[in-house]
Amino acid sequence: MGLLDRLDNPYDVGDNIFLGTVEDVLNWGRSKSDWYMTFGLACCAIEFMAVNAAHFDFMRFGCIPRPSPRQTDFIIISGTVTLKMAERIKRLYEQMAEPKYVISMGSCSNSGGPYWENGYHVLKGVDRIIPVDVYIPGCPPRPEAFMDGMVQLQSKINHQAIFRKRKEMRPEDIAAIDQRQIELKKLRAEYEAYRIEHLDLTGVDNVAK
Amino acid sequence: MSEIRDVAIDLGNVHTEHMKLNVGPQHPSTHGVLRLMVELEGEIVVDVVPHIGYLHRCFEKVCEQNTYTQIVPYVDRMDYVNSMNNELPYVIGVEKLLGITVSERIEAIRVICAELDRIASHEIAVATFGMDAGAFTPFLYLFRDREKILWVLEKLSGSRLLYNYIRIGGLMRDVYPTFKDDLRDIIKTVRETNAEINNLLNDNKIFVERCANIGILPPDVAINYGASGPMLRASGVRHDLRRVDPYSIYNKLDFEVCVGTGTMGTVGDSWDRNWVRMLEMEQSLRIIEQAMEMITDSSEDVRAGIPKRIAPKGELYSRAENPKGELGFYIVGDGKAKPQRVKGRSPCYVNLSIIPEISKGYMFADLIIILGSIDIVLGEIDR
Repeated sequence: MGLLDRLDNPYDVGDNIFLGTVEDVLNWGRSKSDWYMTFGLACCAIEFMAVNAAHFDFMRFGCIPRPSPRQTDFIIISGTVTLKMAERIKRLYEQMAEPKYVISMGSCSNSGGPYWENGYHVLKGVDRIIPVDVYIPGCPPRPEAFMDGMVQLQSKINHQAIFRKRKEMRPEDIAAIDQRQIELKKLRAEYEAYRIEHLDLTGVDNVAK
Repeated sequence: MSEIRDVAIDLGNVHTEHMKLNVGPQHPSTHGVLRLMVELEGEIVVDVVPHIGYLHRCFEKVCEQNTYTQIVPYVDRMDYVNSMNNELPYVIGVEKLLGITVSERIEAIRVICAELDRIASHEIAVATFGMDAGAFTPFLYLFRDREKILWVLEKLSGSRLLYNYIRIGGLMRDVYPTFKDDLRDIIKTVRETNAEINNLLNDNKIFVERCANIGILPPDVAINYGASGPMLRASGVRHDLRRVDPYSIYNKLDFEVCVGTGTMGTVGDSWDRNWVRMLEMEQSLRIIEQAMEMITDSSEDVRAGIPKRIAPKGELYSRAENPKGELGFYIVGDGKAKPQRVKGRSPCYVNLSIIPEISKGYMFADLIIILGSIDIVLGEIDR
């Protein structure tokens, strides 16, 4: 009896067999038990505490807080990154073991947020010092938004290649990607023109200038 | 059976020196991005030097660049666990500069929002203090209740944490029809949970052993350092700006100023600071109950009083009782749309400065308890 015969036989319930790659199994396991660093920066950390607490129950994602960067899989940059803190964050990120992921939570760590214009001491986006995997918008993001970001990170881990080397891109692939970018740009411009044309300006006159 | 004997080690000419330990800026117990340089002799704390500035967000510079209305969201982000209480002194200050008065109904809504946020802030304080002492269950219970408060404030303002609700001369939007029912529900739940927390945490033998007689702050030291809020009241000083210098409608409301009495140890210890917060939650509920009666159903437009042009001239200091202590804003206006200067007086900054004074001579584990009992928010310390 071959393996395929046993797979086809629905009455053979003794062996639960499924076919897949080792990578799939590893990624399935990795994405369902991510450990994060207990690390909070500002307002978003309070919302992150709410995610951890009774109502939202973050641990059902398999996430366990670890106080040491050496035991963690991902770090959540939850708040404003100041220049003084930026070097600490970079060091913490470098202390983490591979593979490691970064969730940027909130406008401040995405781009500087409300402190983008006048914040002389604020880093305008944490992606200037460390690579970011998932960006969560909001000031602060709702717990639901954060959980959506967590699902995004899990799906990213699920589709990662561990053993396969990334194929070198062929010139025709690059050309196809470039073509797609140009199309997207055109679409965006069209949408912007449409938006400005159909902008609803009622009520704007009442606002004090 | 061999006999265990004390072995005296002759150190001879060996010199011992103090160990320097760096706590933070990434540490679960520092309540944010605070760094403490601790000098230890064995396990006894000899000196503590707090290092701040890891969350400096240029509040005062931002104020110079924005109009008076645009500053309100930045005021929210100072002490981000109780935004409503931050908005209140700022808005009251600008209103005084402009010479605007708002109706009692609007003031009542403002006071209810402020007291709801005070409860939410104290719940976080008690929950994280419990976590510092090793108790995880109160954290879950208190955050469950806090969610209810956030839902009501979200229904009011559209935001969960940083509300931008109290506007100069009015409010962002009127209360919704079932507002009072939600408040009654909150009052009931918070009372029930607080009774539970007393059983779980405050009367717990282990918790009392960890907190009582730790970090004793005598009243004279507290006054000399300029401490305020529960930190000062736990030392037995009956000082509450809502009573001493009443603003809004607090002079029409009946509530008690809670002080520490040294129930489990000495007056002004860490347990007292936590207990004062528990008592204040009850007083906040009483205030909400009274202020609820002042919200009459009327056709008043809460946005009608918002001035079209805000360009006050003059300067004044406006202060209010924040859950952490006295939050003040010194506003200087020169007749333009943007203020010349807004200086924030942060209660946490002053309260944190007492830490080297009260933590010397205790064990290192007690330092974490003392830090937790102060209830600091780094967003307000660094601004």
